[in-house]
Parts: sequence; structure tokens; C-alpha cells
Amino acid sequence: MIGVLLSVLLLCAMLISATMGFMKIPAVDVVAVIVHKITGFGAVPDPVVAGIVLDVRLPRIIGAALVGGALAVCGAVFQAILRNPLADPYTLGISSGAAFGASLLIVLQVFVLILPTSLSIPVFAFAGSIATLFVVLALAGGDRRLSSTSLILSGVIVAAILSAAIGFLKFLADEQVGIIIFWLMGSLSGISWTNIALLLPVSCLGLVICLLFSRELNIMATGERTAATLGIHTARLRWMLLLVCSLMTAISVAVSGIIGFVGLIVPHLLRHLFGPDNRRLILFSFLGGAVLLVVADTLTRAVLPSEVPIGVLTALIGGPVFCVIFKKRQRDGR
Amino acid sequence: MAGRQARVSGSLWRLDEVDFCYGRQPVLGDFSYQFERGCCYGVLGPNGSGKTTLLDLLCGLLVPESGAILFNGRPLADWRPRALARQVALVPQEFAVDFDFSVRMVVEMGRYPHLGRFEDLDDHDHVLVRKVMTELAIDGLADRPVNRLSGGEKQRVAVARALAQEPAVLLLDEATSNLDIFHTLSIIGAVRSRVREKGLTVIAALHDLNQAAFFCDRLLFLKQGQLICHGLIDEVLLPDVIDDVYGVQAQVVYNDFSGCRQVSFRASDYGR
Repeated sequence: MIGVLLSVLLLCAMLISATMGFMKIPAVDVVAVIVHKITGFGAVPDPVVAGIVLDVRLPRIIGAALVGGALAVCGAVFQAILRNPLADPYTLGISSGAAFGASLLIVLQVFVLILPTSLSIPVFAFAGSIATLFVVLALAGGDRRLSSTSLILSGVIVAAILSAAIGFLKFLADEQVGIIIFWLMGSLSGISWTNIALLLPVSCLGLVICLLFSRELNIMATGERTAATLGIHTARLRWMLLLVCSLMTAISVAVSGIIGFVGLIVPHLLRHLFGPDNRRLILFSFLGGAVLLVVADTLTRAVLPSEVPIGVLTALIGGPVFCVIFKKRQRDGR
Repeated sequence: MAGRQARVSGSLWRLDEVDFCYGRQPVLGDFSYQFERGCCYGVLGPNGSGKTTLLDLLCGLLVPESGAILFNGRPLADWRPRALARQVALVPQEFAVDFDFSVRMVVEMGRYPHLGRFEDLDDHDHVLVRKVMTELAIDGLADRPVNRLSGGEKQRVAVARALAQEPAVLLLDEATSNLDIFHTLSIIGAVRSRVREKGLTVIAALHDLNQAAFFCDRLLFLKQGQLICHGLIDEVLLPDVIDDVYGVQAQVVYNDFSGCRQVSFRASDYGR
């Protein structure tokens, strides 16, 4: 029921977003353009309007929804496996790792390497995110129980080192520095249908895998030892989901740069509203994250006087929320 | 010979010369024992004597360095975790849940090993969950978040979760160590009635000698990873054994009121 509501909300947000921008397009025309494109029925729309809707706005809106959904699902899953409500792709340093991988590739391309960018950036981003994940987990105490504090601390430390490393890459990149700055701030303005072709299967497949193991995720929250005696391969499940989520994060970063805190706020808020059951929470997070990012991106694109990078916007809103959650947990003595 | 064979395969667990180390530190050495069905075992010994390691080995969370563990006549390594989970349940000492799951949801998790991937709880499962919660007197807490419960209530939820697994064996790892006497006795009562009525086997790692005498049928004494002695309470709960295992002078007498052996210590030995 809540899922249906959130889906309707998402569709409305996407439709309204498509009407907004430099040129106002009535919702009826947007629908007409899409219907004509898919089915061939209806009147042939104005080519300018069709171009704006299909080539400029839709990829960006769909991209925003998929990136937001993927990041929120990753946040929900990281929080469940690591038993830590503060975990998300950004606070764990995984987004920074992916950005480092992407930046590294850009610098390499300046000097020696000639690779097709659209394919190799996701690969480098994934490698960077996985490497970061391993380093953060190792730093936080290997395979033993990962405590909240040491994990977040490791994530922050590794992210700090990575940001210094990215700074060095920016220095090396010289004239290409603008492209790297794009990764750091996060923006959905460059999304094309090619990106969607990569983003859609990865985020949907990731969502399905996370949903399939949502019951196990619930049980993992009662402790690794208990989960193992209930017949769950805890280590295998944990690594598999960490890898799946790192891939989802990496592809999101490859497409849109670092967009922080979506994975933190969305699951946290939804858990507060609808309870911690991951069988519902993961799907709700996908829809909720999609709504949030579509709305936020529409704000930066069409409402604010000049375009603020969306990563900056989410960090400005998300950072303080993170602080509030952190303080509240301290008070609860957890 | 045939009869002996049948009896051997009839024992629940059979451990043959099991060794286990953490790194270079030997934790359990040359451990051989057979656990029988329908009996309540107490595993006793000082801190670090290998009690928890033994339980982890029994439920397959740890794998021995050498030696063999047979469960129901089959090597433990051959058991799929889910199949084993339908037979063996564990109640740990601390039961912490990081999110606000309700009591009912946590108890329902005990049904997990019995469900297929796309199967949901059916009427039978719901009846069973309700029955177990009534047994542990937590039915009134069903919709409360586990995190908001007291230690005693939480631990009853953990026992209920384990019983909802419908196991043949219940492993208790100091499950009542942090509880007051009321909650301790109510958990012991619930578990013992399962032993009596359904032939449940219990293996409990314990610290309190009197609680062991009150709760268990047979005792195993561990010291530095070695099985020092084992047997019925009357055979092994003796001052000599307690001195040997813990290095403590004790008196053991049959207590008419409790109806079992009780251990006491001399206060003047400890500065009173």
C-alpha cells in the first residue's frame, strides 16, 4: 500500500519535473510526447518540445530517480549488514573511492591512456570503490564485529586520504581539472541515454538481489552468531551484498559524481515512519530515494536562480541530519 | 556388536579427539565425549576454559583443527546450515538487536530455517510463535520493540526465538548469567518443561555451580580446554572436583528445600 503510494508520488514528481525548466511545458504535452514516442499513437508533437522532453529532461530525470534509488537502497543494506544506522556509501568512503577511481582514469587519459570513457569510467569507479571498501573494513577490525564508531571513523579517515589523493590528481590534471571537480561535487546535468542503459540494469538488478535477501538482512540485525545458527551463511551473504552495493554505488558515482547522504537520510527517515523490516524498507528506500533526488535535482535545475551542484545541496541538507542522528544515538547510549 | 553399533549411532553428538586453537593458542584439546538425547547437560569451568568454544563447535560455527564431530551419526561438516538449524538452536549471553524490531518479529525469525525462500509464515507457524511467546510469558510484549525491553525480558525473547526454531537441541551460552533470580528461574522452568514433555536436549554453559545443580542432569567440567571429569550430578559435583577445576574450597551437601545438591563456600576464607 505504502509502496503503491510512493510509486505514484515518484511518477508525479517525475512528470512535474519534466514540465519545469527554462521552457515551461504543460504536463499534457509531456505525456503526449512520451506516448507518441512509445506507441506511435496520437498527434505528432512539436519537434522542439519533443527534443527537450526526450533528449534533455527525461534522461536526467530518470537518471536522478535511478541514482537516488540505488544510493538509498545501498544505504539501507549497508546499515543492515554493518548493524550501523550511520553507514551509507558516502560515510563509508565508498563514494570517494569511486570518485578517486574515476579521477585517476581522467588523469591517466591526459597522459597516456586512450580508453572509451563511457565504459572505462564505471570500471575504474568500481575498482576504486571495492578497494576502498576492503581498506575501510580492514581498518575497522577485519572480520570481527564492526562497531559503529570504528567503522565510521575508518570511513572518514579513508575518505580524507582519498580527498587528498584526488587533490593531487587535480593538480596533475592541470587543464582537465574541471572534469574532476565535476565528480567531487556531483551533478546530474551530463546524464545521457547511454548512461541510463548502464544505470537501469545495474540498479534494478541490485534492487532485486537486495530484496531477495531482505529476510536474511533482518535476521543479521540480531547478531552474526544468532544468524549463523539460524542457517545463514553470514560471511558469504555479507560479502555478496557489500559487493553488489559497491557496484551500485560505483555506477551511480560514475554517472553523477558524489552525491552524499541520500543513502543515510532516506532509509533512516523511512525506518522511522514505517518500521525497520527490511522486506519493506528496501523497496521503500528505492522509491523514496528516487523521489528525493528527482525533487532535489529539479530544485537545482529549474527553481534556484543558478544551478547548484546537487551533491553540494544534499550534503548541505544531509550533513546536519547526520549530526542529529549521531547526537541522538549518543544520548540513547548506543 | 550390532547392538553396540546401533547405540553408538544413536547418540546425538559424538566428538572424537577434537582439537581447536585460536591462532597458536590451544582452546580445546583432545576432547572426546558423547551427548545423548533428552538429557540436560551443564558445561562448567573457569573463564577461558573453552565452554563457548565447545558450543560453537557443536553448532558448526567453528570447525575443529583435527578430530571428528558426528551429529546424528553424520559428520557435522556434511550438514547444510539450514538443516542443522532445524535441529540445533543457540541462545547467546547477550542478545542485542540494532534496529527497533518488534518482539513478535524476532520470535518469528526462529521459523526461518523451516521456510523456503519464497514461503511466508503460515497458520501453523503463527500458532507456534504465539504458543512459545505464551510459554515464556512475553505474549504481552509482542508489539514492543525489543530494544526497549529490560535485560530479563530480552533474554526471554532470545529463548522464545530459539524454541520457535523447534530444535531437538537447545544450546545455552551463559544465557541467564546477567539476569535476576526471578527471570533465571522462569527461563529454567520453561526449558525444563520442554525437556520433560518433548525430550528436548539441552547443553548449557554455566558459571553458577548451584544453578547447574538445580538445572542439569549431567555435568562436564572443563579446565584449560581439557575435559576434567563428567557424569551425573551426584557423581561429579564434589569438593575435590571443584578444588581441582576452580582452585576453591567448597562444601557440597544435599539440600532438602531445593531438592538437589548445593555448593557453599567459607566466607572466612575470603576475608570476612
